[in-house]
This record gives sequence, C-alpha cells and structure tokens, in this order.
Amino acid sequence: MEFRRLKDIIAIVTTNPETVGGGGVPIFYAADVRERERIALYLSRILDAMVHDLENGTYFLTHH
Amino acid sequence: MLAHREAIALGLALGFLFRIYMLHIDYRQYPSYPHGVIAHLSLGFIAAFLGAVAIPALLAKEYTAVTFLALAAQQFRDIRDMERKTLEKLDESELVPRGPDYIEGIARVFEGRNYLVMLVALVTSSLATWLPAVVGFVAGVILSFSLAHFRRGKMIKDIAVVRLGQVHFRGANLFVEDILIMNVGLIESRNLMERYGVGVVIEPKDDNARTTLANLGQRQAIAHEVATLLGVRKDVAEPEFTPLCRLNTATGRAALFILPVEPDKELAVTAVGKVPVLESAVRRPLRTLIGRRASD
Repeated sequence: MEFRRLKDIIAIVTTNPETVGGGGVPIFYAADVRERERIALYLSRILDAMVHDLENGTYFLTHH
Repeated sequence: MLAHREAIALGLALGFLFRIYMLHIDYRQYPSYPHGVIAHLSLGFIAAFLGAVAIPALLAKEYTAVTFLALAAQQFRDIRDMERKTLEKLDESELVPRGPDYIEGIARVFEGRNYLVMLVALVTSSLATWLPAVVGFVAGVILSFSLAHFRRGKMIKDIAVVRLGQVHFRGANLFVEDILIMNVGLIESRNLMERYGVGVVIEPKDDNARTTLANLGQRQAIAHEVATLLGVRKDVAEPEFTPLCRLNTATGRAALFILPVEPDKELAVTAVGKVPVLESAVRRPLRTLIGRRASD
C-alpha cells in the first residue's frame, strides 16, 4: 500500500521574525514587503511550490 | 432472408459502422491520436464479426465456433486495461490532470462500446437470417441510434444550475461568491487572478446531485474539461494558477475557479455545463428512505 506524504512547509519568508521560530525549515528574513514578495516569487517558481499568506507578515511555501 | 454468409456480412458492416459512429460522437473523451483510433476500429471490427457470426454459427450447428465466441469476449476486458494505462501515463504530463475517476470512466466506456457493437451485429445478422434483409438492416440502424442515445449519459447542466460567480479576495483568501477556493500569497498573482480569473458556481438541483458534486473525481473532471476547452494560463512551477473546484459544505454548492486563455466568461459556464457526469460519482441517496428523510 502506498502512503501519501503529509504536506510539509518547505520554506518561510517573513518580515516579522518574532512570529516564526523553531527548526527544520529555512527562514528567509526580508527587509520589507517588496523583498518578501520577490523572495517568495523566486522560491515558488524554483521549487514549484505554492506561496501562502498567514497575514501576519509571514509567507510560507508548500507543495500541493 | 439471407444465406448465412450474407447475413454475417450485413451484421459485420452495421456493427463496424456503429463503432465508427461512436468514435465520432465522442471526440471530447478521446485524445486525437490516429493510432488510438486505429486500435479501437480494429477491435470494433473483431467485436462486430463475433456478434455477426454467433447466430448463423449456431444455426449451422457449428458449436465450436460459439465456444470460441465466449473465449474472444474475454479479450475485450483487456481494452479497459489498455485504455486506463495509456491515459494514466498521459495524465502525468497534463498541467490539469483528468484524475483517476475520469480515466476509469473513459476506460469503462471503451470496453462497453465493444459489447454494444457485438449486440448490434448480432441482432442484425440474426434478423437477416430469418426475416427479409431489409428488416435486419433497419432494426440494426434503429438499435444503433437508440443505444447511442441512451448511453450518452448525463451532463452537469442536467443535475445542477451553472452560473457565473463573482471572484474576489478577502485578505489572501480567494473566494468565488461565498466559496473558499485557496489562500494565495503573492500579491502579483492575486492581481492577475482578480482581473482575469473566472468563477463558475455549480448549484446542485437535489441531494443526488449534491453527492455527485462532492465527489473529488467529478470536480477534477470539471477542472480538466474546462481547462482543455478554454485553455489555462498556467505553466509548470505556477501552482497558484491551477484551476480548482471547491465545495461549500453548508450549501452543497461547488465553485470552479480558472484562469482561462479565452476571456469569454459565458463560454466557461457552457463548458462546465457540458462536462459529463462520471458514472463512478453518481450516488442516489434519494432512492433510499433514509436519504429522503434526511433531505427534508
């Protein structure tokens, strides 16, 4: 039987470092909103991952 | 009345023509690769021959021929397998895959058609053996058209009301009317989706339709069909532009969001309406007492 892998957060991009922490996933700190957009866009296109917005200054990327 | 040989020829001809006719009316379920068509035509020919031969062989007391029939009929089960494998392979390189349910449905249709071809050939050849050839011919033609008509199946517009829905964002969340589709992070993508995106709301007409629409395979089939017909502004590594069909579990309404190449929004509504209802997605809770009570 084949097991489906659970979805992982593969990267975090944030302008608000206090809201994220812990290990396991690379966190990219962005200076402002535009930089966050740009980093997230690059990561998304390279990793074929979807960018989600937690609406507290933090984006994360995951595969669907 | 015809001799056996002529009756067989007539049954064979009608059966084979029926197979060609069925390939023709269902272009949507069939990707246009010429060799696939050839494979199906040759199998259809064999099926027609088997059907046409059955009764004349019995009449000529050729009982061995009839046992061969049973053996050959087994072979047609492989068609489903063949079709499933091909489509599964092709699905891997689709931007918007058909999904396993749709593939299973298509494969089943292709298997079933050969049995229909056999039936047409059988009826034609046996009638032509006992009655005037014209009767066999006419009966075969009538049977062909009625079978083709009855097995066409339902479409989404038969079980649901399909209409345009307003696409909007609440924060990062994309909605089609009150149905949540997905969370989109990138602001540029959001702008693009709000400007070019098309939302189609699918409102089930009753509880049977509601369970059908809740089926994931059915919703994937809708997304695939609309993406095929209207095109989709999506390439690899752009997961947010994948057309999605999501459900509002409170109302049973489903909504499709798509970024079509073709900007005509009404076309999207028509396209959704023409998506076939998958056999495997059909449930009939209203046929049961519990289902009817629950629907009050």
